[in-house]
Amino acid sequence: MERWRRIITQHRTPPADDVPVVLVREGAHGPVIHAMNATARALGIAGGARVVDVQAIYPDLHVERADAAGDYKLLERLAHWARRWCPWTVRDGQDGIVMDVTGAAHLFGGEAAMLRDMATRFKMQGLSVRLAMAPTRGAAQMLARHGPASVVCDKDTMMAQLAPLPVAALRLSDDMLRLLTRLGLKTIGALADVPRVALMRRFSGLAEDRNPLVLLDRATGRAADPLNAPPDAQVWLARVRLPEPVIDPVPQLPALADALCADLAKGEQGARVLRLTIYRVDGEWRSRDVRTAVATRDPAHLLRLLTGKLDGIDPGFGFDLLTLEALRVEPLSLHQDHLDGSRDAGRDVAALLDRLTARLGPEKITWSAWVQSHLPERVETRVPAIAHSAAVAPEMTRERPLRLLDPAEEVTVLYAVPEGPPARFQWRRVAYHMARFEGPERIAPEWWRDKPGTRLRDYYKVEVQDGRRFWIYRQGVLGDGRGGDPLWFLHGVFA
Amino acid sequence: MKPDSQFTPVISLSGKRLTKDVPDRHMAPPMGGAILRDALPDAPFDAAATGFVLACLPDSKDPVMWIQDRMSRRENGRLYGAALRHFGFNGNILRVEVSHPRDVLWAMEEGASCAGLSAVVGEIHGAPEVLSFTATKRLALRAESSGVPLWLIRSGDHGALSAARERWRLRSRPSGGNRYNAQAPGMPIWEADLFRARGRAPGVWMASYDRAAGRPADRLGLFPGPGDGTLAADHHPASHATGG
Repeated sequence: MERWRRIITQHRTPPADDVPVVLVREGAHGPVIHAMNATARALGIAGGARVVDVQAIYPDLHVERADAAGDYKLLERLAHWARRWCPWTVRDGQDGIVMDVTGAAHLFGGEAAMLRDMATRFKMQGLSVRLAMAPTRGAAQMLARHGPASVVCDKDTMMAQLAPLPVAALRLSDDMLRLLTRLGLKTIGALADVPRVALMRRFSGLAEDRNPLVLLDRATGRAADPLNAPPDAQVWLARVRLPEPVIDPVPQLPALADALCADLAKGEQGARVLRLTIYRVDGEWRSRDVRTAVATRDPAHLLRLLTGKLDGIDPGFGFDLLTLEALRVEPLSLHQDHLDGSRDAGRDVAALLDRLTARLGPEKITWSAWVQSHLPERVETRVPAIAHSAAVAPEMTRERPLRLLDPAEEVTVLYAVPEGPPARFQWRRVAYHMARFEGPERIAPEWWRDKPGTRLRDYYKVEVQDGRRFWIYRQGVLGDGRGGDPLWFLHGVFA
Repeated sequence: MKPDSQFTPVISLSGKRLTKDVPDRHMAPPMGGAILRDALPDAPFDAAATGFVLACLPDSKDPVMWIQDRMSRRENGRLYGAALRHFGFNGNILRVEVSHPRDVLWAMEEGASCAGLSAVVGEIHGAPEVLSFTATKRLALRAESSGVPLWLIRSGDHGALSAARERWRLRSRPSGGNRYNAQAPGMPIWEADLFRARGRAPGVWMASYDRAAGRPADRLGLFPGPGDGTLAADHHPASHATGG
């Protein structure tokens, strides 16, 4: 909700605080409520309700679409950000983070002070949190979601604090919740008071993560519940510190490239995007990015790419720190392409693309991409070769010119006949006599894309007397009500 | 006699052949071979050279690199990719669009050293300073050492010095008959004038192109032209008008 509010504030005025706002996601029977603001919560709107029902009760409800994938990404990043407090953090479900702060609390002045610090830091991020600290992971997440705010419990008081919580805190399935409610076990305390043997017998056939007894044991610390934290994102960075500021980065590059490639080889990774940064003595920094078409960790190749990029970098009064960072990496294992040891031609082309792109820029090196269109100039578009792969050309039903003028150039008609192309015309100050022609091929404007009033085109393939073949078109027909006399254009040249 | 092997002395003959075989001047030259070839359009805005080069490109899955400088794009238009499949060319084309002829030569040299390309085609308009004999010599040597065929389409240039191993001058001729419409142009016919070649005699051919032929190698047919003596004597290239 807060993330939505921050994003929306950048684009338009958010609704006032007293308007109930809900975020919706797609449910099985139409949209259901995913999250709501404080006003909506005060009105009694609950998550999971259908939007049409709630809208019938509160017509002034402000409905927005939830971005579940974005929330998930944010949570993953927050889990890594939370490693400022302790080394083991992991995302918990769709809306929580679990941290193992064992042995870390004293660094922040005790457990209560650590929780206060967390609350402050999250508030600085613009996010509201509910915090709880407990000896086990299960107990902590139950207390955080269902207990009082910012509670710290230790081993002795844990059971007393867990006892009043509803059994729903165990995160059981709906069927199991209904069963437990029917049995009269509404709180954790009631469930814990039942003899273990009876519970074990009753729920013996269930999987571990749905078995209330196992979940309760995990929460109370009878069963182990270790935390499997994902590894830190690795930074692929090589740096050279210089004792004296220098102006020319070139002598330092081989050592940098070698160090980075050795690191990448250790992790079986290859670089896709590289950034070379110089840190100048006056406190400024300058950087250059280089992209590669396939993952690589060949120092010689990286060096060739980088040397072309150094011309525009301004060293100022010199720099004393130089870093080379692989911003994006992809797995790259050692492999042999062919049994006979011959090289893979595709990798050669990829290396060529890198070199050309590094010098000429990504927009200059292109593959053709194809668009469904009738207009000849719209059929073919170009995509940077470094980011895309070649697409198969569509089969055209009619012959098209091998070379296309973009934009088409106007020709002057010297002698026209009522039907067909002009018998004599002038283009680029040279007069041509038509010998033979084929056509017309009428291409109408694409009304779903073109401006109203665009005129149709009648294309002719015209062979002039010395054998050259041109593709000329007349724009519009006489009396179509879209302008005066039709004009003639030359659009392409046939082989 | 010199010891050629460390075990037995062997006699090695000199590599020169005793008889020099002179190819028939009417026999069409093979279009394979990784050498630098020039294609000179004879008249401005004539796509015959483009068609001829496309017809000569090897039939391969590997991409062809096609480099154009700004002037050739402006004067002769871009290569239109949507027409290629109908023309009979099924490969992929890697487009490189640069502004200066210097970059065309640089990119061609880079492409020539890449074995993953099936061919490299460069287009340069006019006769700029950088396109000197030395530059073409570098390209020719690079092509021969790497095995990638190179084509250089030089529009608006009438036989400046070049180290290309074969130099073709191409112009469109009135096309063949159209089977269905007597008024309409038929399949293209180009006059292909090989005016400089290494290791063979030059000649003039009439090149017909038939995209309906089965194999790509069969599509281009070269027929002996009308004896090049008279044609070479009264050859007047059409004047190039500057873009207006």
